Amino acid sequence: MKALAARRHHRAAPVVLMLLALLLTGGVYAVLAPSPATADTASTANDVEEGDRLFQANCATCHGPNAEGTSQAPSLVGVGAASVDFQVSTGRMPMQANGPQAPQKPPQMTEEQTAQLAAYVASLGAGPAIPTDEQVDGAEGDASNGALLFRTNCAMCHNAVGAGGALSEGKWAPPLYEVSERNIYQAMLTGPQSMPVFNDANITPDEKRDIIAYLLEQRDGSAGGLTLGSLGPVSEGVWAWVVGLGLMIGAAVWIGAKSS
Amino acid sequence: MSTDTTASNSGAPTTPAGKAADYLDQRTSVGGAVKEFARKVFPDHWSFMLGEIALFSFVVLLLTGVFLTMFFDPSMALEEYHGAGPETMQGQLMSVAFASTLDLSFEVRGGLLMRQIHHWAALIFMAAIVVHMMRVFFTGAFRKPREINWLVGTVLLILGLAAGFSGYSLPDDVLSGNGLRITDGVIKSIPVIGSYMSYFVFGGEFPGDQIIPRLFTVHILLVPALILALIGVHLFLMVLHKHTQYPGGGRTDKNVVGYPLFPVYIAKMGGNFFIVFGILALMGATMSINNVWNYGPYDPSPVGAGAQPDWYMLFLEGSLRLMPGAGMEWVIFGYTLSLNVLIPAVVIPTLLFLFLFAYPFVEAKVTGDKREHHVLDRPRNVPVRTGLGVGFLTAFIILALAGSNDLIATHFGMSINQITWAFRILFFVGPVLAFLITKRICLGLQRKDRELVLHGHETGRIVRFANGEYIEVHRPLDEQERWLRVNYTAHKPLEIEPATDARGVKRKGYQKDKRWQRLSRFFYEDRVEPVTPAELAAAHSHGEHDEIAAERKSPEVTTGAESVERER
Repeated sequence: MKALAARRHHRAAPVVLMLLALLLTGGVYAVLAPSPATADTASTANDVEEGDRLFQANCATCHGPNAEGTSQAPSLVGVGAASVDFQVSTGRMPMQANGPQAPQKPPQMTEEQTAQLAAYVASLGAGPAIPTDEQVDGAEGDASNGALLFRTNCAMCHNAVGAGGALSEGKWAPPLYEVSERNIYQAMLTGPQSMPVFNDANITPDEKRDIIAYLLEQRDGSAGGLTLGSLGPVSEGVWAWVVGLGLMIGAAVWIGAKSS
Repeated sequence: MSTDTTASNSGAPTTPAGKAADYLDQRTSVGGAVKEFARKVFPDHWSFMLGEIALFSFVVLLLTGVFLTMFFDPSMALEEYHGAGPETMQGQLMSVAFASTLDLSFEVRGGLLMRQIHHWAALIFMAAIVVHMMRVFFTGAFRKPREINWLVGTVLLILGLAAGFSGYSLPDDVLSGNGLRITDGVIKSIPVIGSYMSYFVFGGEFPGDQIIPRLFTVHILLVPALILALIGVHLFLMVLHKHTQYPGGGRTDKNVVGYPLFPVYIAKMGGNFFIVFGILALMGATMSINNVWNYGPYDPSPVGAGAQPDWYMLFLEGSLRLMPGAGMEWVIFGYTLSLNVLIPAVVIPTLLFLFLFAYPFVEAKVTGDKREHHVLDRPRNVPVRTGLGVGFLTAFIILALAGSNDLIATHFGMSINQITWAFRILFFVGPVLAFLITKRICLGLQRKDRELVLHGHETGRIVRFANGEYIEVHRPLDEQERWLRVNYTAHKPLEIEPATDARGVKRKGYQKDKRWQRLSRFFYEDRVEPVTPAELAAAHSHGEHDEIAAERKSPEVTTGAESVERER
């Protein structure tokens, strides 16, 4: 103990203490943190019942007790499980506050609860089902065809490589870099919020997979170096002025200062 | 023969370099010119290197551009792409121009690096021109005898825009094709000749199959040749006029204070060249720019979100985005007049460039100043010029921001409609406000200079006299500091001859003179005169008088005050 007390003024003492404290906090968190729920995806009558209960507690205020819609929110009869899965698993629903559009946020429902809600809404009327893993597998798609389709159908809102873009009155088309393949597929299928529906007659399931393949290609970065957000000439201009010209003027000041 | 050799050997150079120089000199008499240039004196300041940055970027543009022409094929013929480019482009139908851009990026060794350096250098070239121009404007370096060089510089700026725009369109991708489509719309908006001009430029209906080869000729031959020639004129005039210098002790309109070109400036310029080249190479190597395969080969139907031109064209994009469309397209006798395109894309830029071209002459006229100027103005000493310059930049920046309104909306979580309205109002209000605020700041700084000259620096030392009186000790300015603050002319508004002559006959040209006088009043009505020697003497004797009086009556508590002056 005496040896320890003698060293408490050592230069490294605060660093060591900080490391120990961090280690302790991390350890406690690892032990006590809630583990993610694992859900069985097959829907049962029990799921529908459970989903109904969740719906009444979280959704009915706006969508009505029978999901028939109110003046504030649309009817959910016939929107299908895909729509519910998209909205709830990305955290867009339940909506926290009124705004131009429902933003993405950490999901409020667990995977199991999401599946139950989806089962309930699907039981109200026929609608698009949640796509299978094979349907959304970008590895099976043709990225080149996806590029063509994306350019004609999606780029005007989502930017040429899916970096996102602005819509009217404070709405926006979100960036697609972090969106899961399943959610991309569901968004095309159900047309959430301002997005139009691209049904299977419009863009076939195979073509949807091509689009996913194209978007996955964009996640590897650029051959030319840092992507600068892939936002096009405006961000390039900002970098040219701030970094390029900034460095050069800094160097000019340095050269000019040396002699005087 | 032998006598000849011994005679010439007496002063002959012995080193290999010396021999080579002598060889050259005997055949070209270049020695005289080298001697003249090596001794040429340049004043030293970092802001005099901004033009150098533009020049060196242009050198880099030429070097990388020559490399790119070796591999680029400006053809609008279509082909199906199968190459080393990205997966997302395989098998697509595209123009040969676009395919060769992909090939030179992905198959040519170092091609992508060269392309990226070329593009970054273009952005920096334009940015450096703009800051160089700002330096020249705000310091009044455009005054006699340099008005013509200002015009040459402004033409260079416009040629830079032309070079940038024509090069940007060459790869024939969706983004630059959208830009060409806008250009087509702008050409068509010109009354009467618009549609003929469009067919003339594109060789038929847009996009046709002529525009890329034509732009290629413009980009690699016409515009660079003009830029090179005008850079020659620009530098020749700079050498002829000798460089301007910042005000300071010993610097007058009749001398140049600085270092000789050789060895000091050669070293500085050489160093700056390598720094500029190095930074451009670093940017080209680490930051991707204009990834045309992101946008895909041009097709007139699609357009991506965030479609903008390079930054130097952004003001035009913004001008178009701000213009309201409703009620602005008139049909007169079966001819359409598209004011919604004509005003923002033709009238506004014409006005902006007209300001740049005309300003030196307007200022000379309202100043009534025919002297040569080689000592620069401090921006504060010409408040209206500085205000106008800041107002102009404000308008330019607001237009550029309006051209990025969608990115502002997404990145700051705002409504694009409200941003557009805010910019519409700001475009008219902002420059005026910026002008007024800048002018006031300049006048305030001038008054502060007067205070400083008259009363010296506040030292923060408070001294108490035995009678209880407190004063702060002020340290007078040294000669250099004072020179800087008093050595300027506060121009007065023009005085004109009366409306009638001695016999009461109306004078010809009086109305015109009166208009110029009114403009002159706008420039020089509010002014702060520099401190005159008499004022300075009065202020000092006043201070010393106080000091002596105070010392006699009641000795200071602290000692060692250099010069004590009463705080008023």
